[in-house]
Amino acid sequence: MSTSVQTTSSVQNDRFRQFFSGLPLRITIIVIALLWTIPTIGLLITSFRPPDDIRSSGWWTVFQHPFDISQYTVSNYSQVLTADGMGNAFINSLLVTIPSVVIPITIAAFAAYAFAWLEFPGRRFFFVVVVALMVVPLQAALVPLLRLYVGIDLNGTFLGVWLAHTGFGLPLAIFLFYGYIGSLPGEIIESAHVDGASPMTTFTRLIMPLSVPVIASFAIFQFLWVWNDLLVALVFLGTRKEVSVVTSRLAALIGERGQDWHVLTSGAFITMVIPLIVFFALQRYFVRGLTAGSVKG
Amino acid sequence: MEQTFDQRTPPSNGSKPVLSFVLRVIVSFGIPILTGIALWWSFTFMRDADANKFLVAVVALIVGVGAVWALYLLTDNLVSLLPESIREAVRPYVFVGPALVILGVYLVYPAIRSLYLSFFNANSTVFVGLENYIFALTDPAMLIVLRNNIMWLIFVTSFVISLGLVIAVMVDRVRWEAIAKSIIFLPMAISAVGASVIWKFVYSFQPLPRPQIGLLNAIVVALGGDPQGWLILMPWNNFFLMFIMIWILTGFAMVVLSSAIKGVPAELLEAARIDGASEITIFFRVIIPYIRGTLITITTTVLIMVLKVFDIVFVMTSGQFDTQVIANRLVQEMFTFRNAGRASALAILLLIAVTPVIVYNVRNMRAGRS
Repeated sequence: MSTSVQTTSSVQNDRFRQFFSGLPLRITIIVIALLWTIPTIGLLITSFRPPDDIRSSGWWTVFQHPFDISQYTVSNYSQVLTADGMGNAFINSLLVTIPSVVIPITIAAFAAYAFAWLEFPGRRFFFVVVVALMVVPLQAALVPLLRLYVGIDLNGTFLGVWLAHTGFGLPLAIFLFYGYIGSLPGEIIESAHVDGASPMTTFTRLIMPLSVPVIASFAIFQFLWVWNDLLVALVFLGTRKEVSVVTSRLAALIGERGQDWHVLTSGAFITMVIPLIVFFALQRYFVRGLTAGSVKG
Repeated sequence: MEQTFDQRTPPSNGSKPVLSFVLRVIVSFGIPILTGIALWWSFTFMRDADANKFLVAVVALIVGVGAVWALYLLTDNLVSLLPESIREAVRPYVFVGPALVILGVYLVYPAIRSLYLSFFNANSTVFVGLENYIFALTDPAMLIVLRNNIMWLIFVTSFVISLGLVIAVMVDRVRWEAIAKSIIFLPMAISAVGASVIWKFVYSFQPLPRPQIGLLNAIVVALGGDPQGWLILMPWNNFFLMFIMIWILTGFAMVVLSSAIKGVPAELLEAARIDGASEITIFFRVIIPYIRGTLITITTTVLIMVLKVFDIVFVMTSGQFDTQVIANRLVQEMFTFRNAGRASALAILLLIAVTPVIVYNVRNMRAGRS
């Protein structure tokens, strides 16, 4: 009976709905998911194969007898970590990244609090300037900053990179923190003031603890941004082996040993370990952080 | 009585505002400069001391992270020692000053300086007017660069958004949605350099009769074709590079759009279904208008990321074989050709290109919040 009253459009409609809940839909998603994973799996498997095997057969041939562990090796990793300097680069990356996250957060939180809750001449003007600075791509700062750095001998130092990442990250951080801190209820800040709390006490005891969510979002965004950055590291740290970070070291390896896939694949995987841990451990904040970072210039 | 009143309120004789202004400036510069000195000292100390690398790292982190906080607290305490009359006028600058100084040094000054340098020759000694800009917009090599950037903007953005949207709608209807989303989103976490190695391996080429170790050529050979050097196959090599960025960004678009789609009220969809609207109609007439704001934000975000693409091209081809883009050319002008004028002109063009997009995005974000 129901079929007799169906119009052609609703038959199509049903077919469409069926497609979107039935087998074809599942298969489509599985195909996309595979397309998105297979290259990474190939990299991972290759990084555990002996160099001669990599050159003579595709990584997929390991599936002919996947549990034969004699075809795997970890020697690629020990080589790339020591002889090719990836281990050193890994420590350098941590050294660059952690202060490059904490310093801008600190400075931006202080500034956002002042913009939101303290009275001072030029408050509105300065805030507009800070927001406007989000449009400046860091490329526009490279040439003059590099000259400045060479002039004061800051080039090739971690300090220089920390400050550069701080400068480039500040507008976004202040903008985000201001939006959050400014929307905290005024009564609690007023009452702290009435109780005799100084601005500094209000900031450390009240504002900072309340702002943990927005700080966490920005921290994740900035952490991945700095860890994965190549441009700032290349320009301000350079390619000297002692100071290079994982991305610039990997880029250098691609140039030096373009066909040595055992080095490149294991090296690439080392650069990915930390971001993958962050991704799987903090996935919910991760999305929030990346969305928040969407206005970075 | 009047006399005591006078004693309590500071006389506004003009010297106090000047004093407080001077103090504000000192406070603003004090923290960044002292931080710099503290960090610098720790670094020279560490460079001289031939200590264990790991120990050095720990010390650097403690100093780098702790010094900044300590300086804010210290400066605030110093301000508390000032006479009451100007203390509270100076105090906000303890909080906001360091940020303003750093922004001035790292963004305001360099951007203005870049604009200035863009009117000068390679080593910034001779004023050349608009010559660098004329070069950037008319030189045959630059025309290829601009063509490539426009292709990147069109193809990457449209693929990322439409693919992200379609996947977002599709995964909404399966039970293992979370896993599928994680898998597609994952490339967003890794660096563009790492992603480039992954795809360089997929695209790798060995002349016959050697076996193909790159997935793409292995498939081509298995289907009876000839293996290709994909990265030197002009002009198609551009698309192989673009695909890497599509691979990275699609998951990002998908996750953001998916959460927007989940925000569409169920009653709205139900009402449309009762009215006999097909799923396709619902998609275009109900869902798309409802998530319009998110769609615009994510599109503009992708546009900016694509406009500034650098790492992928730098790693895959260094801009050879007609794959050059603005950001990579800029770095090349800077380091390889040592032409500060041209590099600056390209930087300013990039700034001009991103400005309207970011202004739009920020407005959109603020409107969304209020």
